[in-house]
Amino acid sequence: MNGRTFAMAVGFLALVALPYWIPGIYYLNVASQILFYAIFALGLNILVGYGGLVSLGHAGLFGIAAYATGYLLQSGFGHSFAILSALVLGMASMALYAVLSLRTTGIGFIMITLALGEILWGLAYRWISITNGDNGISLHGRPAPFGFDINSAASFYYTTLVVFLIAVVSVAIFVRSPLGAALMGTRDQPRRMNALGYHVWAIRFWACMFSGLLTSAAGILFVYYTQFISPQTLALTSSAEVLLMVISGGAGTLFGPIVGAALVVIVKNVVSGFIERWNMLLGAIFVAIVILMPEGLVPGTARLWRLAWRKKMSTGAKAEAKP
Amino acid sequence: MSRKLTRRTFMASTAVGAAAASFRFPTPAIAQAAPFKLGLLTVKTGPLAQGGIQMEQGVQVFLKEKNNMMAGRKVEFFSADTGGNPAGAKTKAQELVERDKVDVILGPLAAFELLAITDYIAQAKTPLLSLAAAEDVTQRRPNPYFLRASACSSQAMHPMADYAAKEMKLKNVITISEDFAFGYEQMGGFQQTFEDNGGKILKKLWPPIVTPDYTPYLAQIADCDGVCQGFAGSNPLRFMKQYAAAGLKFPVVTGETGGDDALLHAFGDEAIGLVSCCPYTADLENESNKRFLAAMAKDYNVLPGFYAAGLYVNCQVVEAGLQKNGGKSDDKEKLMAALRSVSLTETPRGAIKFDHFGNVVGDFFIRKLEKTNGKLINKTVKTYHNVSQFWTYDEKKFLQQPVYSRDFPPVKS
Amino acid sequence: MSTLWLVLAVNSVTFGGLLFLLSAGFSLIFGLMRIPNLTHGSLFMLGAYFGATFVGGMLGIVFNFWIAALIAAVVVAALGAVLERFLLRQLPGQQLAQVLVTLGVSFMAADFCLMVWGGDPISVATPPSLVGFLRAGPAVFPLYRIAVIVIAVVVAIALWLLLDRTRLGAMIRAGVDDPDMARVVGIRVSQLFTIVFALGAGLAAFAGIIGGPILSVYPGLDQDMLPLALVVVILGGTGSLLGSFVGSIIIGFIYNFGQAMFPELAYFVLFLPMLLVLILRPQGLFGRFVP
Repeated sequence: MNGRTFAMAVGFLALVALPYWIPGIYYLNVASQILFYAIFALGLNILVGYGGLVSLGHAGLFGIAAYATGYLLQSGFGHSFAILSALVLGMASMALYAVLSLRTTGIGFIMITLALGEILWGLAYRWISITNGDNGISLHGRPAPFGFDINSAASFYYTTLVVFLIAVVSVAIFVRSPLGAALMGTRDQPRRMNALGYHVWAIRFWACMFSGLLTSAAGILFVYYTQFISPQTLALTSSAEVLLMVISGGAGTLFGPIVGAALVVIVKNVVSGFIERWNMLLGAIFVAIVILMPEGLVPGTARLWRLAWRKKMSTGAKAEAKP
Repeated sequence: MSRKLTRRTFMASTAVGAAAASFRFPTPAIAQAAPFKLGLLTVKTGPLAQGGIQMEQGVQVFLKEKNNMMAGRKVEFFSADTGGNPAGAKTKAQELVERDKVDVILGPLAAFELLAITDYIAQAKTPLLSLAAAEDVTQRRPNPYFLRASACSSQAMHPMADYAAKEMKLKNVITISEDFAFGYEQMGGFQQTFEDNGGKILKKLWPPIVTPDYTPYLAQIADCDGVCQGFAGSNPLRFMKQYAAAGLKFPVVTGETGGDDALLHAFGDEAIGLVSCCPYTADLENESNKRFLAAMAKDYNVLPGFYAAGLYVNCQVVEAGLQKNGGKSDDKEKLMAALRSVSLTETPRGAIKFDHFGNVVGDFFIRKLEKTNGKLINKTVKTYHNVSQFWTYDEKKFLQQPVYSRDFPPVKS
Repeated sequence: MSTLWLVLAVNSVTFGGLLFLLSAGFSLIFGLMRIPNLTHGSLFMLGAYFGATFVGGMLGIVFNFWIAALIAAVVVAALGAVLERFLLRQLPGQQLAQVLVTLGVSFMAADFCLMVWGGDPISVATPPSLVGFLRAGPAVFPLYRIAVIVIAVVVAIALWLLLDRTRLGAMIRAGVDDPDMARVVGIRVSQLFTIVFALGAGLAAFAGIIGGPILSVYPGLDQDMLPLALVVVILGGTGSLLGSFVGSIIIGFIYNFGQAMFPELAYFVLFLPMLLVLILRPQGLFGRFVP
């Protein structure tokens, strides 16, 4: 068993046993938040990291799934129907979003997605008959998958953990699949891919759909956790926040978005309890990451680790070489 | 701002999450000497920080005056920054209830933050005293653990409309306020009472919350004899400036946030003549307010407004309720009942008591912005006593009509 | 009714002038360095705060409004130069890292302003020479706003002269068209980048204080103005000064008439056109290259 697999196994065990070693319900709830924001970040990373398409409007899609769940529950539908519909609606919206945005790449894509995100935010405010405006929609209770009650912090955590693990595994499979490889190809060499006969637009579209699925799942978990949805969740700052999670953790890596999500959630929720100027601290951390590890925390740490290891090896070899 | 770290106890987390706060070991008599834990949900980063910082100042001034003691118990104060968004409010509310085990929570600031946590608070049975003006929390969807000592959105606008119709003799008014619930509820309240007194609302304008330039709306203000605005935060400043710059001279009336005393130092001469109705006014002459003003001037060198005064009064209510309950805070239901039965006369806003929904019944002051000795002040011109959230309307009838919204009451044209 | 249209029309032009001042810096930086400078809103806000402090009186000296504006612009330009030299220069072409660092800096700047100036809004007094209005019948036009469009035109002409008639301008244009060839020919492109970034930052700060008497200064100003700058640059066109200017005026019209005639769509009044332009003509109305 090599080092990486060992680390992953330890991590997995730590996550499964988390409610037993974490010091309190509050931190357990923070862990749940890290997990579903990580799913959100993983979804965005499909486009940003593996597809080279920076989206600044993903909070809008996150919000659509959350609002759909809230609205349907409020209208009297059951949880299963609401969740399924939210997933379908989220992906349908993603399809429309993709059709509109994929007309450009690069900065144009960023701007279109920003505009779409802002439009969705405005809709959330103005379409009061559906969204209830800034008074938001309150939820009452959570579903009971297979009969388990998930209202407690620990049971909700395990539900989120299950969805999270499924998400991680599916992203890992996607990345290693031909579609994933093709997507990375379109990120690095779109013209060459085109010349080779790949349908670049279709590859990107399906990547968007996968991203939409993950994002919708995260949105549903969010609304069941918070039991409330309002337009603030779709604001530009929310889209920027999840993008920062992806970039700071390491775009284009599997664990980068997870680490990034943990960073932002912990600083926002835990560190803010001790440091008043936590917003400045978060900004400073981002700047520090760019200076020290511009490729992100996960690849940067791996690189520094390898550097230290190599140094250790070479000094060891030098020491041995000395007569 | 003081932040006390409590020693965290390792807890098996099988407890039902939301009700975890109510899991308590049987309290021995010695518990009365245990510190009283007070939490504050405020905003210290981002655009809402303006009100949030003032809220904390109000609490700190109270605690300092009382030497950190309430009803004979030492106070442990926990301040939490929600970031001004509902998810943050929920997380911080959980932090206060589950990690810090507070007895009472003050705040949050914004209506949408309150709506995000209202169910959780009721489940956790933690008394919450907030300035957030969302009407239905004390009307159509009342929360038994909620107390509001300031005002609900329309509560200040009913007397304002009465004054505008009867004393200012306005007949045709155009309303303009931000396009969100606080704006709708304020303007709705104004419209209902104004029209009951023979007035007419010609137009209702709703600029989005983020509107750098109000000119497209100001250009539509004509052929009226008055303007009613309900801006909050830093928008009143910009609005009044642009209003004057557009050459508009109609009298302007507003509510508790539009003419807030805390903004007086930022307003320019363009605001002179602004008539506002607020549950607090800095020129109220009573002992409590004199002490409060002196302390705010000494510690923070500011003139307090609606936010700081509101939190100071909330602290007074908490202390009085705690006292009534014999200094005990473990039985939350009893504490809540005690809090709701509080009736004070010596507060910076005068006499207050609560109706059976937990909303305040108290004095509301009509002030006019004037310039005296080169400084801008809000001078009280009339006081309405014993104003409740239902004004002079029959409570049942009022609750049967829908909550004030963008389209209710409708414009009769 | 015609008074309404007249007032809106004139305000469209004057608001467009303010938008031009706001977005000129962003357009310059984006056009030359291809960097989406997401600190632009923060630089605008910093300029407004510094300017407001100088105008209100600092160290006992009350500065003349225009001098305060220039000082604020210079201070922020220096900050911009530092930002470019030490942070952005290390990341040529690395768009994601650029986004991360510019957003990180904007968080820090926003919190810094909150720490120094507190949460209360600050009113900036209109310069005394420009208080008052022009009247045309029942229509009223604030003098200061008319001054803003005049300032915008002056700045536009100055920028055009700089880019078209000076050696520096020629080097900048060479750098925009082909940075590698420019280097080959001996142009110090890196130094140029720092100068251009500083110029862009200074313009943003200048816009902030010029906008002060209209918008006032408050926490959150950066987040309110940044999307506007983006809309102008996208709609008007990237890499073209004329595009920025004309685009700003057009957006002024869309903003004013859109909000007055379609109040239901007030939240979308700028983003819907932006979306349409991006879909139909991604380089913007007058753009010289597709971003």
